[in-house]
Amino acid sequence: MKIPIIYNVRSLLHRPLTSLTTALGVAFVVLTFVGMLALANGFRAALVSTGRDDNVFVLRNGADSEISSGIDRNTAAILTSYPEIARTPDGRPVASADVYVVVAKPRVNGSETHMPVRGVGPAALQVRNQITIVNGRMFEPGRAEVIVGTGLIGRMQNVNLGDRLQFGQQEFTVVGHFQADGSAFESEVWGDSEEMMAVFRGPVYQSVVMRLAEPSAYEALKARIEADPRLQVDVRREAQFFAEQAGFLSNVLRFIAFFVTIIMAVGAVFGAINTMDAMVAARMREIALLMTLGFRPRSVMASFLLEALLVALAGGLLGCLFSLPINGIQTSTTNWQSFGEVTFAFRVTPDILLQGLIFAAIMGLIGGLLPARRAARETLAVAIRKL
Amino acid sequence: MTRAMLVVVNLRRRLRRTILTVLGLAVALFLFVTLRTFLHTLQTVGDVGSESRLVTTNKLGIVFQLPQAYRARLEATDGVGTVSWASWFGGIYQDPRNFFANFAVDAESYLELYPEIVLPEDQKQAWLADRAGAIVGVRTMERFGWKLGQTVTLSGTIWPGEHRFNIRGVYTAGRRGFDQTSMLFHHRYLDEIARERGADGIVGWYVFSVTDPSRAPAIARAIDDSYQNSANATRTQTEKAFNLSFVGLYGNIGFFLNAIGLAVVFAILMVAGNTMAMSTRERFGEIAVLKTLGFTDGDVMRLVLAESIVIAGLGLLLGLGGAMLMFNIGQFDMGGMVPGLQVTPAVAAIAVAIAVLIAAASGVVPAIQSSRLKVVDALRYVA
Repeated sequence: MKIPIIYNVRSLLHRPLTSLTTALGVAFVVLTFVGMLALANGFRAALVSTGRDDNVFVLRNGADSEISSGIDRNTAAILTSYPEIARTPDGRPVASADVYVVVAKPRVNGSETHMPVRGVGPAALQVRNQITIVNGRMFEPGRAEVIVGTGLIGRMQNVNLGDRLQFGQQEFTVVGHFQADGSAFESEVWGDSEEMMAVFRGPVYQSVVMRLAEPSAYEALKARIEADPRLQVDVRREAQFFAEQAGFLSNVLRFIAFFVTIIMAVGAVFGAINTMDAMVAARMREIALLMTLGFRPRSVMASFLLEALLVALAGGLLGCLFSLPINGIQTSTTNWQSFGEVTFAFRVTPDILLQGLIFAAIMGLIGGLLPARRAARETLAVAIRKL
Repeated sequence: MTRAMLVVVNLRRRLRRTILTVLGLAVALFLFVTLRTFLHTLQTVGDVGSESRLVTTNKLGIVFQLPQAYRARLEATDGVGTVSWASWFGGIYQDPRNFFANFAVDAESYLELYPEIVLPEDQKQAWLADRAGAIVGVRTMERFGWKLGQTVTLSGTIWPGEHRFNIRGVYTAGRRGFDQTSMLFHHRYLDEIARERGADGIVGWYVFSVTDPSRAPAIARAIDDSYQNSANATRTQTEKAFNLSFVGLYGNIGFFLNAIGLAVVFAILMVAGNTMAMSTRERFGEIAVLKTLGFTDGDVMRLVLAESIVIAGLGLLLGLGGAMLMFNIGQFDMGGMVPGLQVTPAVAAIAVAIAVLIAAASGVVPAIQSSRLKVVDALRYVA
């Protein structure tokens, strides 16, 4: 016969302070766990959302990032002439050969970081159609003008409308602000690729991005480019490229999350065992009574295990609740892969919260197992003697 | 029976609880100290850099290069000693996950500038004699199981193709915290690779010594002023400042690690404090008996407090001691990834303070409660 749950609930409520502190111990572990995964997840999400599946992304062969790549004009012209690439109504390829550099610039607080600057072609906003100008206007080709991603506003100096950004010997006027669905583009400054070539690395692009006319044509186009003897390039889907760029840092963050929280969890489980042990010890009378009433040792064990689970789950819920306010907090760090600083937001997803709760439940079960067994093993005779 | 014995007996009576509480505290303090040590090491990476070596980079940022022609003017600048130059190579050994720093340097001047690179003389000569030779830090040698004299192939990310290097020397660090994972090869070998690709005469950065470190700011200014209006303006700073500029790139990730450290401390405070307070409350009956036997309020208070001090002390010993054993004596550095990890006295002091706080928080309240306990109430108390 099962011991009703209400017995456990009432037992817990009878010692509110002990129950609460045990639950809080679990809550902090879950909070840390959820918080760190939300950080890793937010970073990853920003980069993954940067690329599209039906965009083809080309770098020089061997290059592992745009920074280490270089593509000459001739190669870019050949690439954008393939028939698999979508065309605008007036027959131009929906493609952009980009200049990409990171430039040392001061943050608002005076410290310095690397600001990503992208020089793009005329069809850039058609290839990357998640870009919307939210303030001001698009830069005009051929002029020393730039638009700035909203992720930089309030973080970097000289990025407000009308401000001037100095690159090399040239000043660029900020004429617009753009959003890009929270993707990594929002941390970039965009201008005309010809203007950027002039101030940075000369007549060389770093990457070429092209929209496929038919998404299914990817493999055919890739095969064709790789077979072209004039080209020494690597072809990827744009989505795949940006996901790869996130790989290193999000793996490091995930590793830290698991390393830290598993150690914390060990500590919290020790605490839970102690609390439950003490609960068992203090309730020998009750256990004896339950057994006298005819409950089996197995039921007693299940009941105490359930109680541990209840405390841990309450802690887990509290931890999840505490973690909700961090959702959406913006932070930024350097993505060592692209060397540019990326702004991103903590993302607490239902998935992560569920993982946190499962984590809490596991802590409760492990913490409750030994004490529950001890409770069940008390023979009636011994238990009653302890009264 | 002495009072100390009484404390020991009490701690041993619920041995499992005592051990678990101590271990819980130890684990949490270990984690706290480890987090702080990592942060501290990352934030003080500048300390490894020298104040008497200056680094000249392209003013636009670290990914831009400088002409090799700048070398002559640097050497001619008043107060400048040895000038060396280097370029990031970015080669990958088999898999991108096998990351380690590899860069081209002007061997002779670089070794002269960096006495921290400890290399046996015969290996140095062997390296200088081999055009495709390289020296590799001991940690990277261990990591990949490389042998002296072996040829390794790196895939270029900046310079496409497969590039072969002969390992002619294995270097160690002459100073704690100095990197032991890099691979250094001849800049003229890189120049050959670059020439084949139509790029020539560029370097990543210059590093040089100054004869009088106090004049370093003036020298740096003089150099930067002379290139101010060129296509490749420069930025010259001490190596220390140069290293520190990388710390800033982490953004406020450090803040979040700190927040985690705080959460850890809170969690331990909760769990350990609760357990210790609980074990006192359980024994209110016994305390009443002690008082009946003639123990004073002060005696009882000291007894209870002594227990929590012993538990916190043991936890501190294991947690802090474990971390110091790992970092300060075991020299653990994540396979060379984070050299110079060391528990500093400041971090150790914080750990001690936390242990004291826990002992106090978990001991004082029950100690006062038990000292004020009335025998009659105590015997009636239900834990």
